[in-house]
Amino acid sequence: MSLTTTPGRVSDDGVADGPGSPPSGPPAREAVREMDNPHRARTTKDLLARIVMWSAFAVAMVPLVWILWTVASRGAHLLADPVWWTGNQRNINSDDAGGGARHAIEGTLIQAGMTALISIPIGVLTAVYLVEYGRGRLAKAISFMVDILSGVPSIVAALFIYAVWVTTFGIDRSGFAVSLSLVLLMIPTIVRSTEEMLKLVPNELREASYALGVPKWVTVVRIVLRTAFSGIVTGILLGLARVMGETAPLLILGPYTKNFQRDLFDGNMATLPTMINQDRGDFALATAAERMWGAALTLIILVLLLNLLGRVVAHFGSVKK
Amino acid sequence: MSTVTGVSAADELPGPDGRKPLTGDRASTGRLGDRLFGGAATLSGVIVIAMVSLIAVFLVAQALPALTNNSENFLTSRVWAPGGAQPAFGILEFLWTTVAASTIAMALAVPVGVAVALFLTQYAPIWMRRPAASLVDLLAAVPSIVYGLWGLLTFRAFVRPVEQFLQDNVGWFPLFAPTRITGGTIFFIGIVLAIMVLPIVTALSREVFDQTPTAHKEGALALGATQWEMIRTAVLPFGKPGVISASMLALGRALGETIAVTFLVSALSDGTDWTWSLFNGGETFASKIANNAAEFSNPSKTGAYIAAGLVLFVLTFIVNSIARIVIERRKAFTE
Repeated sequence: MSLTTTPGRVSDDGVADGPGSPPSGPPAREAVREMDNPHRARTTKDLLARIVMWSAFAVAMVPLVWILWTVASRGAHLLADPVWWTGNQRNINSDDAGGGARHAIEGTLIQAGMTALISIPIGVLTAVYLVEYGRGRLAKAISFMVDILSGVPSIVAALFIYAVWVTTFGIDRSGFAVSLSLVLLMIPTIVRSTEEMLKLVPNELREASYALGVPKWVTVVRIVLRTAFSGIVTGILLGLARVMGETAPLLILGPYTKNFQRDLFDGNMATLPTMINQDRGDFALATAAERMWGAALTLIILVLLLNLLGRVVAHFGSVKK
Repeated sequence: MSTVTGVSAADELPGPDGRKPLTGDRASTGRLGDRLFGGAATLSGVIVIAMVSLIAVFLVAQALPALTNNSENFLTSRVWAPGGAQPAFGILEFLWTTVAASTIAMALAVPVGVAVALFLTQYAPIWMRRPAASLVDLLAAVPSIVYGLWGLLTFRAFVRPVEQFLQDNVGWFPLFAPTRITGGTIFFIGIVLAIMVLPIVTALSREVFDQTPTAHKEGALALGATQWEMIRTAVLPFGKPGVISASMLALGRALGETIAVTFLVSALSDGTDWTWSLFNGGETFASKIANNAAEFSNPSKTGAYIAAGLVLFVLTFIVNSIARIVIERRKAFTE
């Protein structure tokens, strides 16, 4: 397979003219093609590889387009109904059409907000430690643990919170418990993205600040974090978008309700993923399937909005080198 | 290491009075603000360590009582009856389903993901690279429950004929043996998982391929290599550790994926005969736990599920550690 063996394939004449070769060209090119001929197997392989790479990309795009199209086309008309944005699912059974999703939208946003509130300070400060302070074994251990945490499956995070919250302390399942398990999933993404951004801050900025006699912590807060601010925000928004779509912790810690519930500490709380899950058993019913697609579309819109917002922030305030 | 930590180089110089160089925390002594802020940062890091340790501790502590009361062999039994006075449960079936589905996912996602990464870094026209990469990332942004929904209501109907074809034509091979399952099979779940982890493989592979030294690439081209030969001799060898660790991360994700699998699996009824067929149903660790969350009624029953979750935790821990070690090795190698 190495380069030196390829001339041995000269006799490979069964193949038609290499595709992509110009049918007619200036004489010089003809001559070049003559010289290329012994390497036809190689050029064919090259072309094959090119085709494979392009088609791999095309194949990867198929599910994306397919999913977005299906969700949009089948869920859109429910979202066009104003009730979807104002009402809840009270007294609506699987075989009833439509209903509202506001209870679930609110629940998702409230839980995500609480998650962000807890995980942002811990995540950002951990990244600050790793980049600005960390040395030696503690930093290595923290960095390793962040990696491990980012690999913890959401269902395991949920089981852990269940083991602490419900089994050990005997507190009821609630929206807050869900937020706690989402914190476990969100912290690693915040740490990693913040770390990347802090590393991009030029050292000269820190040195200039120190040279002016500014204390280290003021330097970190006013110079480093401020310079990296937009990048950090982007990372947080992307992380938030990710945990919003998490469902496993909701199944274990946040039972669904069809009613409005804005209190994180008071039992059942609806969210968009559990709203989808609610109709899972009746997916054969057109009304239930329709509602699932509607909730899925709403969830995707929320997630994509956050992604988009993150990218906009990144675009307008990126760290300039 | 110190070049990327962002700590000022001045910290490492001797102080004006000729004292030893101050490093890390000690570079800023005394001030209350410094001590508070540095302390808070350290504390956050310690919280992260505590979290991971607590996960392990709590899962083990609550799984142990159930495990000691277990009348079946936890690792080799296919029975799952954690309730009752004499709990009996084993994870063999979940282990098989989880590993088999994840293996199928890897077999599909790694080649395609690497090819997409090569496309994005080597083949795509420059103007197309960034938007195309964002599109692939978009695939990762789609919530997993949407994959479950799409798989259940739309995609299933398209894979079913393929499964039928395989069962009819290569059914003699144990892995493709015909079954009566018409719902989500291991094979089908593997395909959906492959789609879900593809962006993970692509994102990390793309990063390492991008870092291939231009000198390597140009050297190969100057020796007369075609573009593919250049990729094979320069880009792929350089990116190999990155691809391996990307695959490991993706595998960790596939092993633990919950809701999409929960939407798709067809649970086997108790006492179904064992078969190697990929067209069989069966629960994964994650789906079994999620499907039975409502059953967490007494500690011993809950303990059985937590024990299953613990196995999943250990599996993903190992896989992620391998990913991490491979990446660390590469760092040591390139520096």
